Amino acid sequence: MQTDRGYKCRITNIVELTGEEKLFQLRIIDRHERQIFSFRPGQFLMLEVPGYGQIPISISSSTSNNEFIELCIRKAGRVTGALFQAKAGALVAIRGPFGSSFPMDEMADSNIILVAGGLGIAPLRAPLFWINDHRDRYNKVHLLYGTKEPSQLLFTYQFDEWKKVNHIDLQTIVENPSPEWQGKTGMITELLNDIAIEPANTYAIVCGPPVMFKFVCNQLDREGIPMNRMFVSLERRMHCGMGKCCRCMVGSTFTCVDGPVFDYWSVMNLQEAI
Amino acid sequence: MIYKVISKKEFTAFVDTLVKANLSYGPKQVDTAKNGDPIYQFKEVHSAEEIAFDYTATHSSAKHLLLPYSEELSHFTFRDGDWKQEIAYENTPKVLIGLRACDISGLNILDDVLLNGKFPSPYYLAHRKNTFIIGMDHLPLPDCFCKSLNHHTVSKGFNLFCSDIGDKYYLSINSSKAYTYLKEFAIEDPSDEDDCRLIERRKLIKQSFRTEVEVTGLPSFLDIEFDSPIWKKWGDKCLNCGTCAMVCPTCYCYDTKEHIDTGLEGASREKQLYSCNLVDFAEVAGGHNFRPGNGDRLKYRYYHHYRGFAENANQQICVGCNRCGRACLADINPKDVINDLRMEKESCMICASPSPIRT
Repeated sequence: MQTDRGYKCRITNIVELTGEEKLFQLRIIDRHERQIFSFRPGQFLMLEVPGYGQIPISISSSTSNNEFIELCIRKAGRVTGALFQAKAGALVAIRGPFGSSFPMDEMADSNIILVAGGLGIAPLRAPLFWINDHRDRYNKVHLLYGTKEPSQLLFTYQFDEWKKVNHIDLQTIVENPSPEWQGKTGMITELLNDIAIEPANTYAIVCGPPVMFKFVCNQLDREGIPMNRMFVSLERRMHCGMGKCCRCMVGSTFTCVDGPVFDYWSVMNLQEAI
Repeated sequence: MIYKVISKKEFTAFVDTLVKANLSYGPKQVDTAKNGDPIYQFKEVHSAEEIAFDYTATHSSAKHLLLPYSEELSHFTFRDGDWKQEIAYENTPKVLIGLRACDISGLNILDDVLLNGKFPSPYYLAHRKNTFIIGMDHLPLPDCFCKSLNHHTVSKGFNLFCSDIGDKYYLSINSSKAYTYLKEFAIEDPSDEDDCRLIERRKLIKQSFRTEVEVTGLPSFLDIEFDSPIWKKWGDKCLNCGTCAMVCPTCYCYDTKEHIDTGLEGASREKQLYSCNLVDFAEVAGGHNFRPGNGDRLKYRYYHHYRGFAENANQQICVGCNRCGRACLADINPKDVINDLRMEKESCMICASPSPIRT
């Protein structure tokens, strides 16, 4: 765990996903640091670009891969602007990992519904990889993914792999279809109508814009899934990741230390959380 | 803790020796208010003569001597596409003289926040460990409400605490370092009369509070009143300037900024104390603001002080010094906001209706 001083990393590869998002593959330079770095699905790290600043980013790669860390980043400000100028070979630093994680062990022997809205697919990749690594421990896995436009769908190049190799029921939906869009159209909640939910034996992970949480979680609640078996990942501005700068505080809760992963029951009881 | 007494003359000599040998800060008059009252601040002092031992309260708290408004967290030196990072933790020993009980309580709260938990702050620790603190009691100003929060006395967080018992100070010595220094001066065991005078002094301080704020049950009360119109009422007055947080002994929220050196050969990461009243405090990437209104942000500050921290560390974060109230340009103070909130609820017609008949 690095707190004050970051692990220096080289950007080994940059994948242009859409006009707004890129996937950065990082490799911790120091071999010893690389070996000791580990994280759990749902955790985040502070990505540092010296001279520009630092930002909290969910880890989008597999926990079982010690060689590379993948971060899916949308260009939104000063630090991400600098990153989008960078080329493979450039250096950045990471601190962390920080925060809570999805309770993957607790979810074993159950069905899992992963619901992603827009960039919410980024933090869901780590649990997806985890499920793939331990596929026999989980029953039915649904990945429901919605965006505004078809062009905003991320990781489309991995969809077939997730469906066929990982045996995941992947369904996508868009709000504003393009003329060539052949898939479903509407809000993400509509995808929930198309799957058979066994509430007694199902966990849900929901990631996306705050406005989506209430609609999706309320529908899952109506389906009978207990609120403490639905998990959401909250987004806040952070400057430390260690519960000190207070920027991510919601009520008495720090998103960086107590979250970013919360069960929906806790979020429901947290004013201004979503 | 060891208790001794020292004459005021001898105490001045002790302070003079200490101050001349160490980087020291004490209360000094820096200006005069419109009404003629002196304005005090903790400033660097070089002799006991410079210290206003009979001061009332400083405008800003002593927090910034341990938690600077701005502090370099690390410095980067760039070379050939790579960089070297240097992190320095401040460790210059210093002496703080004349802190009030509530000021020391403020530091104790900062200790809870910044030194406990999974990630203690090494920056704060370096300041705290190397600071020698001399506390002094005082009679409260008319708007102080430290007693309501039980911070009019303090039992930890200082090296030495002085209670004024007339021609002497009654000393509570709380560290071997303080005892070792004091042994060089004429200190005595307190007599029965000194003990009585200390008790009388404490009684006088307790009875001198003119302002009270009812904080019993405030955490749950605030929860219930989350949507109260009171927040809009006070929020409309709030200028969102953040002055309250700057003068507060316990506000510790911060922002980080990076500055590239003029020669482009390096950069520094700087921490700056921030305020939850500032408009962008709860803004996230993409521009969404979780607390867009003035009232939302004002409410959050009260929630952090009187509810959030109470839930986390079993105490409220406010020490009742009312520096925020005195400094506020819009004349907002905790007493009025909290009382208003209580009154709004307690005067509601539902509460006034009779209880149902028990069957």
